[in-house]
Amino acid sequence: MTADIEIRNVNKHFGAMAVLEDLSLSIKAREFIVFLGPSGCGKSTLLRMIAGLETVDSGEIAINNERIDHLPPGKRGVAMVFQSYALYPHMTVRDNLAFGLENIGMSREVIDARINEAARILEMPHLLERKPGQLSGGQRQRVAIGRAIVKEPKAFLFDEPLSNLDAALRTRTRLELAQLHQRLQSTMIFVTHDQVEAMTLADRIVVMNNRRIEQIGSPMEIYERPATKFVAGFVGAPAMNFVEATLDRSAENAAARFADGVSVQTEIVSNQLSDCKHTFGIRSEDVRIVAAGQGNADGVVEVLERLGERTLVYARLGDGQQIVGSDAGNSRIAVGHKVGLAFDGQKSHLFDESGRAWHAREA
Amino acid sequence: MADRLTMPQTAMPAAGVRTPSADIYAPQWRNFMFVAPFLFFFTTLLVFPLLWGMWLSFHKADTFSSGNFIGLGNYVRLFHDKVFLQSVWNTFYFVLLTVPTLALLGLFLALCLNRRTRTAAVLRTLFFSSSVLSVTIVTLIWRIVFIPNVGLLSTIYGWFGATAPAFISDPSLAMIGIAIATIWWCIGLPMMLFLSALQQIPQDIYEAAALDNASRWQTLRSITLPSIKRTFILVVIIQIVLQFQLFGQAWLMTRGGPNNLTKPIVLYIYDTAFRRWDLGLGAAASEILFILILIAAMAQYLVTRSRGDQT
Repeated sequence: MTADIEIRNVNKHFGAMAVLEDLSLSIKAREFIVFLGPSGCGKSTLLRMIAGLETVDSGEIAINNERIDHLPPGKRGVAMVFQSYALYPHMTVRDNLAFGLENIGMSREVIDARINEAARILEMPHLLERKPGQLSGGQRQRVAIGRAIVKEPKAFLFDEPLSNLDAALRTRTRLELAQLHQRLQSTMIFVTHDQVEAMTLADRIVVMNNRRIEQIGSPMEIYERPATKFVAGFVGAPAMNFVEATLDRSAENAAARFADGVSVQTEIVSNQLSDCKHTFGIRSEDVRIVAAGQGNADGVVEVLERLGERTLVYARLGDGQQIVGSDAGNSRIAVGHKVGLAFDGQKSHLFDESGRAWHAREA
Repeated sequence: MADRLTMPQTAMPAAGVRTPSADIYAPQWRNFMFVAPFLFFFTTLLVFPLLWGMWLSFHKADTFSSGNFIGLGNYVRLFHDKVFLQSVWNTFYFVLLTVPTLALLGLFLALCLNRRTRTAAVLRTLFFSSSVLSVTIVTLIWRIVFIPNVGLLSTIYGWFGATAPAFISDPSLAMIGIAIATIWWCIGLPMMLFLSALQQIPQDIYEAAALDNASRWQTLRSITLPSIKRTFILVVIIQIVLQFQLFGQAWLMTRGGPNNLTKPIVLYIYDTAFRRWDLGLGAAASEILFILILIAAMAQYLVTRSRGDQT
């Protein structure tokens, strides 16, 4: 079963504090949507409003064109996986899975069939008679997902479900969730503050900040063409380089000039840009390390981070700005070397004072 | 400062030699010093009297001499004493009246008052406030309520032209009257224990239950009650131990009357040992009470545990 979800002009306050302001969003059936944002941006609240665990102050939420914002949580046809798993501690795994189905008066045979199917999908038939206290973190996670699967919901809601797992298990579970989505073809909404989870799982990412949606787009859109400076800085590690710049708009494409005279020719069309101060932005992998004097600017290497497949180079420019560039994994650069930095004009971004982003024309 | 920081290095063994670090959990005789004060009072005020009581119960003793060893003589006398048998029955009857009521009423109050409103906070304080009163005050209050003709109960019944039940003098109601006063006095502790247990249940389990379509009744039965099962057992055991020792209320409200019908075991012990100075017989009755409390508490514990689960 799957469903599209429509959120229209939703507002939410906790006391005097606004949590969500006039937020609208359409989620298509079978889509894997990730709400990504820093703590306190309202992403979990939005998920809980869809689940029915928080009321909606104003606005509408509809599933398959049917308004659900006034229905109790159990009647909305959604299933949720909690960050803490929220398993019933005194029930066996089987009873945990059966509880929701028994409550709607489903027959024993159907319940057993669904539990067995879910246990098979999640490879946990041997866990069915155990209690949550006897399971490891990863196993509890499976049970929590199993409890959602047996309900055959219209939509799955995940509230930071991987944050309590260790790194290796998180990577594995992430992969399993992606496979589960392909297999079930259900609508899934996933809340996280981890951009790697968002990038790897999502069909579309909803980047949220400060009560609002900053951008909705596919992972690569978000990464390559961030709509705002916030998105550009939040997504990607290390964070995008930002440098204050003045613009030279005399040519067709604008050139950015840094304080110490360094100039970068971008491929961003000049006449769409305003006269105000701009910030130049570029990701570390789009700053190549070349011999001193050969690039747009020279800098002195302060820190090296060797990641194996590439080396991150933290270089200090003449005017004191730090730029992170990227070199080959077997780079011979050492701390203290003077290097040249070559900026890729095609991959450069400009942000105006309101934070709005401008990008090169799409190739 | 720098000197001090480098000092441990001079004390370190030569490179490559590894000395086993001291096992900080190894038993050391001086650790005994920490428990000694407690052990002293535990032994002198609890273990010793307990053993002395047992010893006394096998002797014919009064205040002036510890008398002769008479074996089970005191126990035989006890079981031929109609007043003692009556007091054992009275005590059981009282426990049966109070303990289930205290546990269930305490749970009910806790469920009703487990919310963050000001009213709930005020009511919690009110229900608990009776617990801080002394038994003298409690019995005084309830005597004023129960007293025939002029008491609160009589007055209220009088408005409707009815006669109030005689909770102090009616043989079939006297124990119930004492039980009512006791429940009013003791309800605070069970309520508070249940409240603290309820507040430890994680909120997200309730959210999961809401998404699982559980009704209020199903949530109570399948989520709340199993989560506070241990506290329920604890409350019942505490109350069994406490209520078996009924003394003050019975002494102050009815003096054990009418016709010994409200005389509990402790009052019998008091009468025997400290008014008739038959210390041996009193000690034997105490041992019986001790065993009864032990059995009742253990039985309660074992029954709930064998039926329950090990989580």
